[in-house]
Amino acid sequence: MRWCAMRLGEDALLLRLGDGIDADTNARVHALAARIDAARPPWLRDLVPAYASLALFVDASACDGDDPLADAEAWLHALPPDDGDPASSQGALHEVPVRYGGEHGPDLDAVAEHAGLSPRQVIELHADGEYRVAMLGFAPGFPYLLGLDPALSMPRLATPRTRVEAGSVGIGGEQAGIYPRPGPGGWRIIGRTEVVLFDPARDPPSLLAPGDRLRFVPTGKLP
Amino acid sequence: MSIEVLAPGLLTTVQGRGREGFRHLGVGFGGALDPDAQAIANLLVGNAVSAATLEIALAGPTLRFERATRIALCGANFDADIDGETFPGWRRADLPGGSVLRIGGCRQGARAWLAVSGGIRVADILGSASTDLRGGFGGVEGRALRAGDRLHVEPFAETVERVRIAPWWIDPLALDPDPSSSIRVLPGSDATDPADGLFANAWTIAPASDRQGLRLTGTPLALRDAREYVSEPIVPGTLQLPPGGQPIVLLADAQTHGGYPRIGHAIRADRGRLAQLRAGDAIRFAPCTPAEALAASRERAHTLARIALAVAGRIGVAPPSASA
Repeated sequence: MRWCAMRLGEDALLLRLGDGIDADTNARVHALAARIDAARPPWLRDLVPAYASLALFVDASACDGDDPLADAEAWLHALPPDDGDPASSQGALHEVPVRYGGEHGPDLDAVAEHAGLSPRQVIELHADGEYRVAMLGFAPGFPYLLGLDPALSMPRLATPRTRVEAGSVGIGGEQAGIYPRPGPGGWRIIGRTEVVLFDPARDPPSLLAPGDRLRFVPTGKLP
Repeated sequence: MSIEVLAPGLLTTVQGRGREGFRHLGVGFGGALDPDAQAIANLLVGNAVSAATLEIALAGPTLRFERATRIALCGANFDADIDGETFPGWRRADLPGGSVLRIGGCRQGARAWLAVSGGIRVADILGSASTDLRGGFGGVEGRALRAGDRLHVEPFAETVERVRIAPWWIDPLALDPDPSSSIRVLPGSDATDPADGLFANAWTIAPASDRQGLRLTGTPLALRDAREYVSEPIVPGTLQLPPGGQPIVLLADAQTHGGYPRIGHAIRADRGRLAQLRAGDAIRFAPCTPAEALAASRERAHTLARIALAVAGRIGVAPPSASA
């Protein structure tokens, strides 16, 4: 089975490809999204990827039938099977400069202690990996990143901070992310970037798109 | 011409249509919690149905209108007056320059929409005038109104010497004949045990409810399948079930993805009723099918079209296109 489809309310279909947070499933999600996007049926209003699933928002007024979601599902089943390698549908690569530690990364030392590493080693491991934007959610432009070195995995704070700064680079369990705006947050903050992740006046407003790739580049004085 | 905000009310935001096409970037729909009540307010002043309005919650703002204009307030039953003259809901009023509109407490329901001739003029951000409180954009600087804000509106063509409140009104029961009936729910991707647990008892709205969602309290629900859940797309109307077993009904400002199990979806036709619930209110849910949801949606669209025709007949203009 490639995916199973279910209704997400009245105007969206949810295609579920798996039920875990893993790079392979997420790569299949983005490959399927790319195929649907390339076909761009006229009734498609938005295509929203997640870790292991994909939502298709359907414009009922652009459908002829009495059940637009059934029509959309039939269209999906008629989509030609995937002939390519999921890895070939790679998104753009972004380099994100980060100041690690100190006031920019108040949890760097705690992550280092948890991992049994020096702060410098944490930075090296964090900046060594290539991350995949599994999805954008929680807030406009917030990327959920796959690709964190398992050694750096650390549970969320028991009590979320009432305020993390915009650009804060965080670790939440086995996920990595960047806060686009100041606000409450429970992830471990190890650094901060000055890159603007989301600007509604920009086109496109989000620096990152689902499926894009990302590398962190240490800047400034390292601890 | 502009409107000066003398007092902002509890949570007054600019809301127009919802945002489309940016959910993959984490931008939710937003927009008025009851687009139909908003549409009627707009129709009464001669606007396109989704022109930008003010959404008012529980305690309303005090506004001074610099020039003459025409307004209408639809939704919950608020105490309101224009320069001391009682201003009932669901009807239009013409007011001269310098008038002060005071919208006080809410007698019944929770929210109303104030339409002003020509619409509230704010820049469209990502295709909508609506305030996105989480993203901090749209409306007035992406936030609720504050005292001292000035809202721009189109100049009004007619001369108004004194406050004129129309003697006719729209009956809100035309749109929703039984406001206390159950909220209809489509099946979600995750089932509860027992399957009809959501429908068996009444639920109470908890205080920590907002434009993002209504938190419910009642007999806790359990999932049939207690596996770990990974974040998936969610939509306004989705009923999420956190580990405590007390559901959350998501509203227009819902985030785009959520990790809690999704046990159902409140149908679009009943979402305006959700917008009128406040802490302590009770609600019940009833199961429904996609065909029933579609029929309810169409019936509501037909009712709205009939109201639009009636208003147009009253005020002697061509009815606006439903999609305008």
